[in-house]
Amino acid sequence: MAAGNTYTPIATTTFVSAQASYTFSSIPSTYTDLVLVSNLISPSSGSLYIRVNSDTATNYSRTNLYGNGTTVTSDRASSETLSYVYPGAIGASPTTLITTFNNYSNATTNKTWITRANDTTLDVSAVVALWRSTAAINTILFAINTGTMGIGTTFTLYGITAA
Amino acid sequence: MANTYVKIATVTVGAGGQASIDFSSIPATYTDLKVVLSLRSSVAAAQDRILIAFNGLTTNYSLTYLMGDGASASSGTRAAFGDNMAGYIDAASNTASVFASTEIYIPSYLSANNKSVSIESVHEDNATTGRAILLAGLWSSSAAINRLTFTPASGPNFTQYSMATLYGIKSS
Repeated sequence: MAAGNTYTPIATTTFVSAQASYTFSSIPSTYTDLVLVSNLISPSSGSLYIRVNSDTATNYSRTNLYGNGTTVTSDRASSETLSYVYPGAIGASPTTLITTFNNYSNATTNKTWITRANDTTLDVSAVVALWRSTAAINTILFAINTGTMGIGTTFTLYGITAA
Repeated sequence: MANTYVKIATVTVGAGGQASIDFSSIPATYTDLKVVLSLRSSVAAAQDRILIAFNGLTTNYSLTYLMGDGASASSGTRAAFGDNMAGYIDAASNTASVFASTEIYIPSYLSANNKSVSIESVHEDNATTGRAILLAGLWSSSAAINRLTFTPASGPNFTQYSMATLYGIKSS
């Protein structure tokens, strides 16, 4: 990947109090891809999910591949109202998730993303997701369905330009 | 526009090999770090492992991995420093001139919280077993990371043409 201004921070936040969610809104359509880097500190034992463009219809599906230190599992879910980015409930340790949204701003194709999630006390995983909409992604909500993510949690959204 | 994805340093191993790759005095001016590795070990075996050390220290490491080798998939955990691998790499018994690829992402490397690390690594040689591995790494330390050291578990060397590049990523 070329260095420099092809990898542009769009927005970033660091929690100064525990929160259950964070939203990136008004995402410009001027990039080719998006990368969301999430570093969760002391999250509650809940499930992490993404919802784009505030869409609560049953337009999301996903396939999970994960290992918990003993066994390897793959499963899937379809027609969900949100997109889980980790196969189960998260642990309390620092957890890094890197989500890549490819070709997010076109108005022709359905959108996909992949999340690599890392929790050393629970699972290491890769989750691929489909959002059955041709709309450009302009809002990304990252949330936990139970409890909060703690102080020091960071989210940064980068725009990647192909040319 | 300011550079937000900046190469900090590159190491290319020369003739005779090199026992370790060391990025020291890492500036405290970025948000995250990323390391891209292309490595091969001198050990007379079909593979070796990369060990990663933060700040030259050998304690407080743990990891969970998910791995496929072309025949089966497995998952495990490790906690001892000597098992603190950052992936498998090609070695002397593999097809010549084949180097394994590894990417390591370290968010908030200056944070006072424990450090969570995301790693992907593959090695393949069109002959014997290859491996693809995903790793969740944890270094339980509040210290800012100022040094990264990579060594082959068996080695003793990374071979000539092995390469490592350290990038700094800014969130603003």
